[in-house]
Amino acid sequence: MADSASPSPVHRDTTEKLAQLKHLPPEGFLRTHVFSLDHKVIGKQYLDMALVAVIVGMVLSWLMRFHLGFPETPVPGLGTIAPSSGAGGVMTPELYLSLMTMHGTIMVFFVLTTAPFAGFGNFFLPIQVGAEDMAFPRFNMMSFWVTFVGFLVLLAAFLVPEGAPISGWTAYAPLSAVGKDAGPGLGLGQTLWAVSIALFCVGQLLGSLNFITTTLDLRTKGMSLARMPFSTWAWFITSIIGLIAFSVLLPACVLLFLDRVGGTSFFIPAGLVISDRLQPHSGGSPLLWQHLFWFFGHPEVYIAILPGFGIVSHVLPAFARKPVLGPRLLIGCMAAIGFLSYTVWGHHMFLSGMNPFSATLFSVPTLVITIPATIVVLLWIGTLYGARLRFTTAALFCIGFISVFVSGGISGFFLAQPSIDTYLHGTYFVVGHFHFVMGVAAMFGIFAGTYFWFPKMYGRMMNETLGKWHFVLTFIGVYCIFMPMHYLGLAGNVRRYSAFTDEYMKGSLPLHRFITYAALVTGAVQILFFINLFWSRFRGAVAPENPWEATTLEWSTSSPPPFDNFGTWHPVVYRGPDEYGVEGPSGDFRMQAVPDRGGKGAPA
Amino acid sequence: MSTANPVITSSPSRTGVWVGIAAITMSFAAFTSAMVVRQGAAPDWLHFRLPPLLYLNTVILLASSATLERCRRRAASGAGPAAAIPWLAASITLGLLFVVGQALAWRDLAAQGLYLATGPSSAFFYLLTAVHAIHLLGGVVALIYVWFRLVRTEANNVPSALGATVLYWHFVGVLWLYLLLILAIRL
Ligand code: HEM
Ligand SMILES: [Cu+2]
Repeated sequence: MADSASPSPVHRDTTEKLAQLKHLPPEGFLRTHVFSLDHKVIGKQYLDMALVAVIVGMVLSWLMRFHLGFPETPVPGLGTIAPSSGAGGVMTPELYLSLMTMHGTIMVFFVLTTAPFAGFGNFFLPIQVGAEDMAFPRFNMMSFWVTFVGFLVLLAAFLVPEGAPISGWTAYAPLSAVGKDAGPGLGLGQTLWAVSIALFCVGQLLGSLNFITTTLDLRTKGMSLARMPFSTWAWFITSIIGLIAFSVLLPACVLLFLDRVGGTSFFIPAGLVISDRLQPHSGGSPLLWQHLFWFFGHPEVYIAILPGFGIVSHVLPAFARKPVLGPRLLIGCMAAIGFLSYTVWGHHMFLSGMNPFSATLFSVPTLVITIPATIVVLLWIGTLYGARLRFTTAALFCIGFISVFVSGGISGFFLAQPSIDTYLHGTYFVVGHFHFVMGVAAMFGIFAGTYFWFPKMYGRMMNETLGKWHFVLTFIGVYCIFMPMHYLGLAGNVRRYSAFTDEYMKGSLPLHRFITYAALVTGAVQILFFINLFWSRFRGAVAPENPWEATTLEWSTSSPPPFDNFGTWHPVVYRGPDEYGVEGPSGDFRMQAVPDRGGKGAPA
Repeated sequence: MSTANPVITSSPSRTGVWVGIAAITMSFAAFTSAMVVRQGAAPDWLHFRLPPLLYLNTVILLASSATLERCRRRAASGAGPAAAIPWLAASITLGLLFVVGQALAWRDLAAQGLYLATGPSSAFFYLLTAVHAIHLLGGVVALIYVWFRLVRTEANNVPSALGATVLYWHFVGVLWLYLLLILAIRL
């Protein structure tokens, strides 16, 4: 991947070849809106699916929080929705665990992976490199629909008689592998989980294939690797991580599926007695699942967060009106994080009985990975330093992103030491850590991306006043929810329990109540976002082509872009993505596709 | 995708196949390490002799790679699609023959009382051969698609999908050699 200032002859040929190709507008309702081959429609489909998923996931979290704060109070309405497991409305531990499993699975897979990566990436990656579409539009369509079917299969687990699985988003074997004896949801529900995640892997592999090929082969004239926007870089690196990670999770799910329905014993050891029944399996290794899962799982957390890195690096300069500090270093750090993320999976398994020597081997790269992450944060702060920031909602969410990412990252340093993790592993400290660093940070990245790109996607502006209220209240809210969890964890409050009513844990109840209140209020605040989203989609002020005075290619086409992205015009790129704070033809910036003399390039 | 200009050596479909190869390689690396870990996890590994039919299947698969390579050269030589299609048909037939052969090898194993759930070694045998066959059938679908493209293009054009599919097909062949090797060593 040598990056040259001018494109190689081969790639110019490809571009010209594609330029000659007549990209015909889609015909008919199905092709335009449902089985669309257009990357922009597919991106929106991903985002809409993520929106549905995040609402489901959030409602589940409210139910859990309600029960944690008020363990003996019936949950309003629960008696009618789930009469068997919520007798009289008071949640059973099994129901709690199934809500937790579904919450984690939906959020990690169907929200934090689909929205920032597959959603925004699909819509903007081809435009940002100046392509008319993804390299393989048919695979792209399949990518969404397979993922969507995966989502439906997962939701179906709520409807099966025994209920949803209870083994957590990590689905630890052997419990996830043995079937009904291990708990109600571990019958059909867990099988559906395995099928759903396998489908998800297939969908994301097809997506990654497109992202990588499009970035490598379909860049327009002048778009060398060095001139690619940071968001494109982030999606590109993420798709490489994803290609490897999902290629490992998929076989793992196949093995799990076979253990459950094919009678094999990959993960189930001999002589296992569950619910007084000797399980008809022999010789499997539960640790094998943990290794396969976390070899995927740790890179997955970077799949969730790197697009956020890209969005922040893309959006911040546009409002700071100056280029990002150290652009090459920034890209290098993102690549280093991607590479290192494959060397640290064992830090999730310090308590699995691993040799202390191996624990050290996993601890060291875990600490090393904090170096590039810290550098990236410092580069952002350096970019903000001395800038006359335009305080838009998108810029605020970028700053919020940096804040929560640092807050959550710092607890990672502690967890990375096996000796400290021995105490903290099974506690709320870990819950606080990953919700800040992954959950909230990635959500803030999604919010920043939404407020920034909405005008381009829908041709209308979002309401800034509502947006700022949304930011301020959410920002305060998430700190109220997740900061106290660190204290709970230090005090020994274990995780994945449905209620803390035992005598020795009663002291934590007031804090749990506080968190519950904070979670319900912060959840309610999101209504501001939903209102803004729907109201602006139809009633917002009409967006100009380049409302933020930004430089990259998506701002050189109409809002929203035509089906072939640039119409009859074929963009040629003259400079890097980050020319802010300079003297340009129409302000303090120079656009990538505008030659030095101004004008918009000759129509082809 | 478009009908490519023969001058272009690097096409998106070719890049795409390389990316796909990386992903599939990673999946089989995961299966292999699972196999190694599982064999070491418990003393219940059952050693058995591979069905000899596998070696014949291997020859068939290698032959299909050779005929497909000929198909590619013919198409590239400008002899026109008519000259290439018989070789394409031969490759598809040999590929399907391989899958039938693998199914017969399964029957052979089942006749010895070795099923998926009998033990970890037979489980891996069925699993790896089945997953490989699925990838090979994917290649057959791609070859049929290439057939349609060959029929439809003018004399001097080589569909870029042909080169990409040939690359994929060779990879599936190499993958089989690898699987045969580890199955022969481990089982
Ligand atoms: C700053 C560098 C980081 C370090 C040193 C670090 C370290 C750790 C360690 C050692 C654990 C295991 C804790 C345990 O289970 O006992 C952990 C858990 C976790 N981390 Fe991080 N982490 C870092 C950044 C991140 C990032 C950036 C994300 C996501 C974007 C993330 C997401 C998670 C998740 C999801 C878990 C818990 C998974 C589970 O058990 O359910 N971490 N982290
Ligand atoms: Cu990790």
